[in-house]
Amino acid sequence: MTTASEDQTPLIEADGVYVDFVTRGGQVARALDGADLAVGPSEIVALVGESGSGKTTLARTLMGLQRPSHGEVRVEGKPLDYSIRALRQFRGRVQMVLQDAAGSLNPRQTIYESVAEGIRLHRRVASDPEGRTETDLVATALAEAGLRPPDRFFLRFPHELSGGQKQRVLIAGALALRPQLLIADEPVSSLDASIRGEILALLLRLRQDLGLGIVVVTHDLGLAWNIADRIAVMYLGRVVECGSTEEVLESPRHPYTKALLSVVPEMERLEAVVLAGEIPDPTRIPSGCRFHPRCPALADGTAERHGVADKCRTEPLELLPAVGDHRAACHLDAVLQQGSGPSEGAVRR
Amino acid sequence: MTSMTEEHLLHVRGLTVAYQTSEGPLPAVRGVDLVVGKGEVVGVAGESGCGKSTLVSTVLRLQPPGAKVEGEVRVLGEDVLTMGWGPLRALRWADASIVFQGALHSLNPVQRVGNQIAEPIRLHEPKLSRADVDDRVNALLEQVGLSGERSRSYPHQLSGGQKQRVMIAMALACRPSLIVADEPTTALDVMVQAQILDLLSGLVRDLGVGLLIISHDLSVLGDVCDRVVVMYAGRVVETGGATEVFTDPKHPYTRALSDAFPLIGDRSARYAPAGLPGDPPDPRELPAGCSFAPRCRHAADVCRAAEPPLIEVGSGRSAACVRVGEL
Repeated sequence: MTTASEDQTPLIEADGVYVDFVTRGGQVARALDGADLAVGPSEIVALVGESGSGKTTLARTLMGLQRPSHGEVRVEGKPLDYSIRALRQFRGRVQMVLQDAAGSLNPRQTIYESVAEGIRLHRRVASDPEGRTETDLVATALAEAGLRPPDRFFLRFPHELSGGQKQRVLIAGALALRPQLLIADEPVSSLDASIRGEILALLLRLRQDLGLGIVVVTHDLGLAWNIADRIAVMYLGRVVECGSTEEVLESPRHPYTKALLSVVPEMERLEAVVLAGEIPDPTRIPSGCRFHPRCPALADGTAERHGVADKCRTEPLELLPAVGDHRAACHLDAVLQQGSGPSEGAVRR
Repeated sequence: MTSMTEEHLLHVRGLTVAYQTSEGPLPAVRGVDLVVGKGEVVGVAGESGCGKSTLVSTVLRLQPPGAKVEGEVRVLGEDVLTMGWGPLRALRWADASIVFQGALHSLNPVQRVGNQIAEPIRLHEPKLSRADVDDRVNALLEQVGLSGERSRSYPHQLSGGQKQRVMIAMALACRPSLIVADEPTTALDVMVQAQILDLLSGLVRDLGVGLLIISHDLSVLGDVCDRVVVMYAGRVVETGGATEVFTDPKHPYTRALSDAFPLIGDRSARYAPAGLPGDPPDPRELPAGCSFAPRCRHAADVCRAAEPPLIEVGSGRSAACVRVGEL
């Protein structure tokens, strides 16, 4: 499938993005600590990690909802313009589908009104090249999201729909604006298992039919395996491993990715590595490798045997590039890759 | 199996629950049998509206007033549906307790969590001194992997996983024999989900309690349960050993649930998410015959003739599908 290769300009790109939040106590919480990500046209990228890994902040930064403290977001190679006028235009091209479908719809608005709202805000009727009416645009979007026949849904209210249908309405609202990129934050986590596959199939179809680039923010690796071309694994504000879905999930290199994979309930052949505790407080990012306090390879002496244990504790890792081969930000992995001969991705600068 | 119901922590037989609505009776649970033994983990799987939450609330007689309940529910041999209020209050928390769905919202936001854990202890053991209650709360928090100091925290100071641990500590407060957990990991992310499931399995192992887990995620149940029961439209459509049901489902509905979670590394699942088209039936207008037939790829005329009974399909396994032999 398509991958954003280095010669092709990505649709959207985050380049060394830092986002700081100042807490009430005056401390600086670094939600993003140099995150890189690139998404090409009709590419599906999964952003995975635990709660607090910064995946939602990165998605918001790509949307222009969050301004980076350092680094930049580029849209088709040009830096994102944060003026109100430019952002409004930009948001017609990049749309977000939020996590909680039930909570994101106005309960007192009909489905028609919910979908038409964006069309009106962005004056899409006046600018429609084919001169379609608002009703046409709403109907097309609903049908594309799999709500057929669309006119049957126009006058319904959110409470009359099932969870899966509500999620489709949100997707329709985003599609109505003809975006090039869709950012979906946990699109199926609140849905039943039976509906999950239907929504994921819809995302795949939209990519195929409309050439949509999609960023899926999720903690669900099975979802990534189902639909993503590439995966970026985040930990504490940074991408710690990235590559094609097959590379990352079938031959994970970072101990964090390995641990995440081992606790997927279906992965019974792997011995579960349940990491203790949760992602540390972003006001105190650990020294050296940010994962070292929880790293199973450091705890069980593997890092020591390969002579990198000190490096893990003290030497920070470089940022991973947004595009290109399978890579992991891990001192141990760097040694293991060198040891295994000139395999793919072994040459690192 | 044993004939004495006292052997079982939970014994549900022929349970039927119907809600009264303005549009007529709504049958939520239709003839469910279920048994949970000591030290056993049993899972109930199914999608929204299949009756699994109704089943759970009936176990402790927490169903809404007006719901019409038939059949038998015994906890430690005692009939929950007919007992008086006094014994029922004594039974709740002390014999059986529930970890409710959505731990994130079930805690009182303006009360310290230690106080909330202490509440059932004070109610059930009023003679216990304050210091003893505090000791018990600290011990409970440590048992669920939190430090005793956490008792001074308010819910908003805790993460989702920590709140779920508090809910479990609360369920353990009066040393019950049976714990019912309704979607205990649904809103949590993978690593925290694994931690919570580990904690629950450890409690079953160490304390010998029985655990009934409700979830829509068959893969989670396959991982932690001894046996699972799959429900569809208020009925049990498949039951058996958890791993067998997940890896080798017999009923087409169970197969759809199991396929929804792909095996990572299975190339046939790449760019091919498995879904189940359609919605579950309206309980007021159940289709004739098998209620799954309208969504079933294998449905034939025989399926629409009569509601299929649970039939044995292997050792300790049964499925309610007339075509189970041919598929």
